[in-house]
Amino acid sequence: MAKVGLDGHDRGVKVVAQALRDSGMEVIYTGLHNTPDQAVTAALQEDVDVVGVSILSGAHMTLLPKIRKLMDEKGLTDVLLMAGGTIPEEDKDELRQQNIGGLFGPGTFTEDIVTYINNEVDKLRGAPA
Amino acid sequence: MAKAEVNADKSRWEEETLTPFLEKTKARKEKFITVSNEEIDCLYTSDDVESDIANDLGQPGEYPYTRGIHETMYRSRLWTMRQFAGFGTAEETNERFHYLLKHGQMGLSTAFDMPTLMGYDSDHPMSMGEVGVEGVAVDTLKDMETLFDGIKLDEVSTSFTINPSAPVIYAMYVALADQQGVPRDKIRGTIQNDMMKEFMAQKEWVTHPRPSVDLVVDTFEFGVKETPKFNVISISGYHIREAGATAVQELAFTLANGFAYVEAAVKRGLDVDDIAPQLSFFFNSHLSFFEEIGKFRAARRIWARMMKERYGAKNERSWKLRFHTQTAGVTLTEQQPMNNIVRVALQALAAVLGGTQSLHTNSYDEALALPTEEAVKIALRTQQIIAHESGVTDTVDPLGGSYFVEKMTNDVEAQTIDYIEQIDKMGEGSILEGVLNGIDEGFFQRELAKSAYEYQRQVEKHEQIIVGVNKHTEDDGQRIPTLKIHPDVEARQVERLSKVRAERDGAAVEKALADIKAATKRGENTMPYMVEAVKAYVSVGEIMDVFRKVHGEYREPSMV
Repeated sequence: MAKVGLDGHDRGVKVVAQALRDSGMEVIYTGLHNTPDQAVTAALQEDVDVVGVSILSGAHMTLLPKIRKLMDEKGLTDVLLMAGGTIPEEDKDELRQQNIGGLFGPGTFTEDIVTYINNEVDKLRGAPA
Repeated sequence: MAKAEVNADKSRWEEETLTPFLEKTKARKEKFITVSNEEIDCLYTSDDVESDIANDLGQPGEYPYTRGIHETMYRSRLWTMRQFAGFGTAEETNERFHYLLKHGQMGLSTAFDMPTLMGYDSDHPMSMGEVGVEGVAVDTLKDMETLFDGIKLDEVSTSFTINPSAPVIYAMYVALADQQGVPRDKIRGTIQNDMMKEFMAQKEWVTHPRPSVDLVVDTFEFGVKETPKFNVISISGYHIREAGATAVQELAFTLANGFAYVEAAVKRGLDVDDIAPQLSFFFNSHLSFFEEIGKFRAARRIWARMMKERYGAKNERSWKLRFHTQTAGVTLTEQQPMNNIVRVALQALAAVLGGTQSLHTNSYDEALALPTEEAVKIALRTQQIIAHESGVTDTVDPLGGSYFVEKMTNDVEAQTIDYIEQIDKMGEGSILEGVLNGIDEGFFQRELAKSAYEYQRQVEKHEQIIVGVNKHTEDDGQRIPTLKIHPDVEARQVERLSKVRAERDGAAVEKALADIKAATKRGENTMPYMVEAVKAYVSVGEIMDVFRKVHGEYREPSMV
């Protein structure tokens, strides 16, 4: 999980990281103020199944597609990129078309995020959901 | 009835009336808790308020100011209705400022974009995608000139929500006053400038905590001499609360920071009575109505007593805790966004009943984006309705003397003092050192993460109810119009900056930067040099780079 750009809102990302851990997942949180490049490099090094990005700064339309592009370039095409934060509905449509999933807003239950990740990762691995 | 009789009567009531009732009719919940997980009893009586009411309450405008810092509170003067605004370029924000002034707003409040807040210029690689998005982009004095076009600085008070680069923005405001021919001692406003809470909660920084605090004290020294009507800091619990704090944690950490700044100023050689009157506070107003009112009342009492007793302040103004309030952004829901109008109204009412000096009401669409003009107007009208229609402003501290409110005030106070004592111990008798050590060790950060997680679990277990989220839900995906930032803002802003860079006197820029660096190394106050620098159109990023180079960049120790 990563915070990219200059956004310092880390309440959500920490809550989600803790909830995922409590559900039995291994979570690496790269901390604040990553560049897209740093986040993708960490994902490569740690051989992750999922990259989760938290953005509440309004910069999602620039930073999320950039991360997806870098991931695809580095061969992480089968790694789920998901995001959460303050993202208006119409932006969500556009991001989904670019293979960026999740897009969980304020008020999301962490158990829904856990279920989502389990289903998506199963799909990506070709296992029955 | 005498106290003993009241107590006896309460016991009788519990036995004769309450118990038989509860045998037939169960309470709705096993446990009633506030949003901060404090348990609330069925009934409060005088039995619950054992403290010395006369001494603890005092009269309005008198020590320890529990009932309010002014004699007649809102009967003489309403709070300042101050809506935070800023987006895109300086021209667009300038238009919003004129719009708000036209609709009866009394003070301006500026939101900056992330690059400006973090001390990066708009053309820095880290700024990509963020220029003008969360607030207005300000790179040089040129942008400030545009931002305040048509606004005389002696006719408004302006609040700047900015922290690590606050000294530069402050220097620009002073330079702008000089340019407009307004004497420096006539400018009114506030810079947030609270670096301690940045390291705890909001996470905007340039360099390490200790040199960051030194820079804050530079603005204190400058402010005391040059701009006595300008608040050089707004010690902020708002972000601490938003990051997950309980009401008590918000108050305890914020007041601890306040005392820490006092200690830092005194260490620099300032008199406590010179600096304290320039300090102002900024609190959150959250969901649990009475707990919040108790928090505001407790805040005033603790501050007054500590300033008088521990720090020996003699000036009454040093004892008075003045504060701005913002309704809790974190309580806004993306689901059924119109419900947020009601949440904001209740939180705003709590702030007014708690005796706030100024207020920002959030707009209903802010869980999704920066607010639209329509949404901002409803938020402002909410305050006007409370002020003029509800009648709560007609008398001072209308809830004073309520057993429940006094009990909440006392409880928040006692728990806050416990925390402050713990922080004092962490600094071996210095709250300043306690706060700095706590930041280094991740104490505050951990406390907040714990509370945030606990709250989320309570919501998911339906122990905390949020209408539209875990009760009375509807199909989501409701679309409301949101504010769109013009996609070419970044390009336009970068172009403006290049133009300023091309037109300014390069030698003057070099000299100004060298002067700031030399002053930093000598340990001299850097503020006067920053004022000179911004007049030479040196940019925010260039100035903050000096501090990055001299002290090193800060990165938060990993703590999850």
